[in-house]
Parts: sequence; structure tokens; C-alpha cells
Amino acid sequence: MTRLLLDAVHYQPGPRPFFADISLSFDRSGLVALVGPNGAGKSSLLRLLAGLAEPARGRVIHDGRPLSGLADRDRARAIAYLPPDGRTAWPIEVRRLVALGRIPHLKPLRSLTLADADAVDAALEKTATTHLAGRHFDTLSSGEQARVLLARTLSVGADTILLDEPTAALDVRHQLGVLEILAEEAARGALVIVALHALELAARRADRVIVLADGQIRADGAPARALRPDILADIFGVQAPDGLVSGGLRLAVPTS
Amino acid sequence: MTPLRLTVLLAALLALVAVIALFAGSGGAGPAALFSADEELGGLVLRELRLPRVLLGILVGAGLGASGAALQGFFRNPLADPGVVGVSASAGLGAVICLYFGLSSLFALALPLAGVAGSALGVIALFAIAGRGASATTLILAGVAVNATAGACTALLMNLAPNPWALAEIAYWLMGSLSDASWTEVGFATPVILAGLVVLMPLARGLDALGLGEDTARSLGIGLGRLRLAVVLGTALAVGGGVAVAGAIGFVGLVVPHILRPLVAWRAGALILPSALGGAVLIVLADLATRLLSGPGIPLYLGVLTALIGAPFFLWLVRHTQRRAP
Repeated sequence: MTRLLLDAVHYQPGPRPFFADISLSFDRSGLVALVGPNGAGKSSLLRLLAGLAEPARGRVIHDGRPLSGLADRDRARAIAYLPPDGRTAWPIEVRRLVALGRIPHLKPLRSLTLADADAVDAALEKTATTHLAGRHFDTLSSGEQARVLLARTLSVGADTILLDEPTAALDVRHQLGVLEILAEEAARGALVIVALHALELAARRADRVIVLADGQIRADGAPARALRPDILADIFGVQAPDGLVSGGLRLAVPTS
Repeated sequence: MTPLRLTVLLAALLALVAVIALFAGSGGAGPAALFSADEELGGLVLRELRLPRVLLGILVGAGLGASGAALQGFFRNPLADPGVVGVSASAGLGAVICLYFGLSSLFALALPLAGVAGSALGVIALFAIAGRGASATTLILAGVAVNATAGACTALLMNLAPNPWALAEIAYWLMGSLSDASWTEVGFATPVILAGLVVLMPLARGLDALGLGEDTARSLGIGLGRLRLAVVLGTALAVGGGVAVAGAIGFVGLVVPHILRPLVAWRAGALILPSALGGAVLIVLADLATRLLSGPGIPLYLGVLTALIGAPFFLWLVRHTQRRAP
């Protein structure tokens, strides 16, 4: 069963077409890693899937309905999105920041309900940021900030979660921690699509890897197949003699 | 402090300041005169001069404070102010055109109407330059351009002024004052400014979400086009109505939200109502100060006083923001 579908999408933000006739389908659940060199189109693809960018031709279908036909609020409840530049304009409190993820669920002029508060608590717990709840965002380390923004994304409670480079600011241990969290979300039935630079992370944790280069899908499938040696050499210019999947890193102890 | 407690506190402060402003100074009467209909001078001063002046100050201040909070939230920039997007200057130009061509002598409401028309034109120009889907930065730059254009046109009219009296009238008007406040001005400004406040108040959620960036806000279901339209429309009404009756009073929309922001835990949306009340307190106090400080025959203008306080604050704020976010 398909949750998200790109149907012959043509996307042209500038003078030249960026995606020409690209089609992709995503199952109801699973952890999908989008990898590729800088400028490959990972961010654009996620923005199209999130409904933040409009395709020039073709359609984006979510749960059988065109994304462009959904009301903003319905789309916001169904699809959570984490942009790459994790910043806030104001140094607000962590708990309030995470609670912003509940905006699509709030009734006009009402404050948070108990269910909203529970979702915020759960998101803080999943990302191990409960102890930061009372801190102000600007006093956190960049790793803590990244996890708090991830908590904001999870607090939406969406079945489709799109994340653009959520691990960019993190050390290797916290990168693995984030991927664990995303894998858990996928295991509870969510479709998680994450743009990553860390190939070994994608290889270890993702159910499916899509390799993008120059706006084209160069490989798509299970990590071992998508990240095979010729693709690694061609697209990324690297080699992994012992194999990315079997030889990768794993957490020594669970992140606290 | 919860936003509710802050709001109640500011409302109480506003009531206190308003009462002081009503009864301070010479020539007024005691509280009893407020409700009597006699033609005694002190009672007339209170009912026909002081009361509309205080009410107008509350309205103008509330409009400026709320607009400042909304603009700063929308632009995610503590330097944004009704002046920045050119709304004040456009309203000023409208009013100056009216003064220049003597339209204000044709009918009483010509000046206020021209002010609102000017601010509306400024908003339309802003949209024509910035367009739909423009970033906040583009909008600020467009505002600077609108500001410069309105300022240049105003300067041209002053340059071409037919006689020193016309020039003086424009110059004094631009300094901003509540000294001409009457029930006519209150009657005109009330619906316009209140309409602006009604447009601005429900924007809290969108402004909160916008703190996380435009893409995140959109992914949370906030329609940015509608939010932008509401911010500009609300600002045009709340500021345009105020500038039309009281002239250009700067920096209130800059100073008040900045002082109150830590008290609402930096939440952009929770800042609008407290800023409206805080703006009202500031204007009523500043106007009381101008009234008490003015020498006989040498009126101190309200806009001059707020600029004298606000401009150094603006400088400090620019330095402070630069240091925080290089």
C-alpha cells in the first residue's frame, strides 16, 4: 500500500529543469534514506513531498489524494517536516518550542489540550530532551538544539515524517541516536524519509536508500543494493572495501 | 509571568496612568465634573479637552504597540517597527498632501481620511514591490523603499510650500501631537484603530510558528500569504488611523514590544495584546510629560519626545542585535 507518490513530477525552480519526469512511490511505513552529493536535489525532493514546493507538471499524491488539494491544516497533521537550517528567531523555552508542533491540532483561540501536552511529553521523552524542557533554546548546545527540533517534528504526531539533514550538527554518537529514534518511528508505522550525508548511517539503519545525483535517481532499493561499490565510486567518489552495511558503526551504549 | 497576568497588570497600569493624565495639570476640575453637565470651565477642560486627549492617546498607542509586536513577530526581527515598512511615512504623506492642498479646510474628516488613504497606498506599493511569496528580508527592503519614496514626496511638498504658514503647518504636523485632540478625532480614530487591532489579535499562532522559519510554519499549516496580508492590513489600519489624527509618533512600536518580550517568554504571538496596552501606557505618559513640560506658548511635541527617547534606544538595539547574531 502506498502512502506517498511522486507521479511524473517535473520541477523547475530556476531557468533549467531540476527534476524532469521523476516518479517515486513510498510504502505506508519504513525508514527511507535520501543520499547524494550536495546539490543532488535531496532538499527539493523533500520540499515537494512536504507540499512546500509545487511541481510544474505531475502530481504528488498522499494517501490517494493530491497533496495540492489538501487543506493546509490537514496536510500539516499528516506530514511533519524538519527543515535543514535548525534555528529559531526567538530564544523560547524548549517545552513551548516542542509544543509548536501541536499547532495543526489546536482549535482556533484555544490553548493546548491534555492530549497535546501528552504528545509534547512523549516527543521530549523519545528524543531524550525531557531534562531540557525548561531551558531556553539559545542556551543549548547545537546537538541539544538538533534533538529539540526533532522533538518538535515528532510532536506533530504525523504518519509521514520528512527530515532534511537532522544529523548535520551532531557528533557520531548522537547521529546514531537520532537514527534509532527515526527507526522506532518507522517501526510504529510511520513513513520516515530522511536526507542524510552520512552514508554508513543510511546503510546501517534505513530500510531503503535512494541515491540522488543531478536531480536524477541513480539507485533505489535496500541499502546493500543501492549503496553498491560502483554507485559509491561513481556518485560519491569513495570506496568501502569491507562493505558499508556489515562494517558500519553501532551504538556502544544507548544514548541517555 | 503568564501572558494573562501581564495583560491584567498592564491594563491596571493603563487605568492608573489614564486617571493621572486626566486630573494632572492646571485648569482641570475634580472627578465630579466628569459626569456633570454644567458649563463651568474646569469641567469643560476635563470633558472636552483632557478626556478625548487621553482616549486618543490610548488608541494611538495601542495601535502602534500592537503593530510593532506583529511586525517584529512577522519579520522575526526586533528592529521592525511600523516605521520600517513605510506605513507611518505613507500615512504621513497622505496627510501632508491634504494639508498642502488645503483639503483639510473643506471638511473636518479630510485629514484623517487622507492619512488612512496614504497608509493604504503604502501597503499596496509594498505588495507591488515585494509580491507574493517574498521573503521577510525582501519585505523589509521594500519597506525601506516605500519609506524613502514617501519621505521624498513629503520633502518635495515642503520644498514647494507656497508660504511659510503652510510649511509650518506641515512641519508641526509631522512632529506628532495629541494637542488638537477632540471628540471628532476620537470618533474617527476609534473604529479604524480597533479594526486594525481586531485583525492583528488572532495572528498569535501564525507568528509563533513563524519563529521556526517560513518552511516550518508552512509545514504546520500556516498560510503565509494570508498571514502577511493580515499583518499589513492590520498595521495599515492601526497605524494609519493613529498617524492621521496625531501625526508621526515614532519608536513606540519598537520600544514597547522589546521591553515586554522577556515577560512573555519570547513568544511572538503572546506579545500582541500586552504591547497594545504597553503602547497605550507609553503614549499617555509621554503626552502627559509633554503637557507638563511645555512652557507657555512653546508646545513640546509628542513625536519629538518619543523620538528623543526612542532613537538612542534604537541605536542600542542595533548594536545589541549585531552582537547577538553577527
